[in-house]
Amino acid sequence: MAEWFAGVSASVSQWFADVKADFILNFIKEDRWKYLLNGLGVTLKITLVAVLLGIVIGVVVAIVRSTYDKNYDRMRKGPGRGFLRLFNAIAKIYLTVVRGTPVVVQLMIIYYIIFASSNNGVMIAMLAFGINSGAYVAEIIRSGIMSIDNGQFEAGRSMGFNYVQTMRYIIIPQALKNVLPALANEFIVLLKETSVAGYVSVEDLTKGGDIIRGRTYSAFMPLFAVALIYLVLVMFFTWLVGKLERRLRSSDH
Amino acid sequence: MITEPLIQVEGLQKHFNSGDIKALDGIDMKICRGDVTAIIGPSGSGKSTFLRCLNLLEIPTGGRILFEGVDITDPKVNINVHRQKMGMVFQHFNLFPHMTILKNMTLAPMKLLKRSKEEAEQKAMELLNRVGLADRAAAYPNQLSGGQKQRIAIVRALCMDPDVMLFDEPTSALDPEMVGEVLDVMKQLAAQGTTMVVVTHEMGFAREAASHVVFMDSGKIVEEGDPGSLFDHPKSERLQAFLAKIL
Repeated sequence: MAEWFAGVSASVSQWFADVKADFILNFIKEDRWKYLLNGLGVTLKITLVAVLLGIVIGVVVAIVRSTYDKNYDRMRKGPGRGFLRLFNAIAKIYLTVVRGTPVVVQLMIIYYIIFASSNNGVMIAMLAFGINSGAYVAEIIRSGIMSIDNGQFEAGRSMGFNYVQTMRYIIIPQALKNVLPALANEFIVLLKETSVAGYVSVEDLTKGGDIIRGRTYSAFMPLFAVALIYLVLVMFFTWLVGKLERRLRSSDH
Repeated sequence: MITEPLIQVEGLQKHFNSGDIKALDGIDMKICRGDVTAIIGPSGSGKSTFLRCLNLLEIPTGGRILFEGVDITDPKVNINVHRQKMGMVFQHFNLFPHMTILKNMTLAPMKLLKRSKEEAEQKAMELLNRVGLADRAAAYPNQLSGGQKQRIAIVRALCMDPDVMLFDEPTSALDPEMVGEVLDVMKQLAAQGTTMVVVTHEMGFAREAASHVVFMDSGKIVEEGDPGSLFDHPKSERLQAFLAKIL
């Protein structure tokens, strides 16, 4: 019996020793943890800029699409009507192409073909993910705009606000509030989607973990560390959005 | 003294489906300053469509609307400028749910008339006091009852100092016990000489507060006149039948 205990405790302490050695090898030795830290910074930077770009593109495309759907048939003939039709066609092509092709392929096309002369992978990743996210954000915001009662729009117009002012002061704030959960989800999806940035030699969080794996030939520690960091980030942002939503709901009693 | 009409409507038409449905079929009307015009009629008679044409929420397919001497149906006219002078109150209030009552009332004066925040808020508070809702200035629309919302909608429109107030069935969406408080506000306005055009099912209000009553059916004006003669001595059969049903 005593022998058995001794055996167990020996193997347990051996396991701890192995884990410790593995940890030191993957993170401490040659300051390898810096790959993860720098990668995390790059991931956050790309996500943040891409989200902002995506929202700007998304709002513009959503306004064009919903304006067309709601008003085109009732509009007076004139150059405005022609422009709207043109912009709507462009927006539709953009949505179809971006949503119909994988983001990795878009990323590589932008990096290797459109900006073949540039080596600024981070910038190109920001642009590519922003353009990609814009398409999804556009559809989310469009659904938000369409969900606002037409009476809100009429009330704004009847006061003398023009179309753009009515959108800006009355419709968009309500639409954004209604689709906030869906937008937060898109943000989280985007955060994780940036993990393919390594395809265009951007050293993001995932790539950082992979570099460590390549150096140490040990997969467990770096990959689980990367997974854990993504998980913590997503949980943090989910919590943050929940707080924001509760604040915005204060007008809904 | 010859008073020029504030609003002059000439041969107004609104057709849907390229002429299959004639929601408005040649309406002529003259509205002078201080007039309180009540428009009555069965549902589907075109009275709401007519009112919504007055500020071009519906674009007429024919005829003219002269507002303060300007033909606002002319596509070259900037309708937004003229709408600032026409307050509108809707059946479903259409308050902005993401803003407080005070914000609802000061948004348009601040953005469109470039009034300062203090000036706009002072005016809003005065009006809120008049309808007895000053204590709700910081509340959000969803915290109010239907009658309160409609009173707010009325004073929100008044914040722009409009030359005419358009009411589109302002009491139709209210619980019966709240109709009175809204009609009281409207009667007050009428007594103060506000020019009003009111589409309504409240015959009591039309008889008591209106200076002129218009009966519409099938997109046409069937009969019009002062409330006394119209309600007590209706000439047309259709108005007689209509009044028999609702009174």
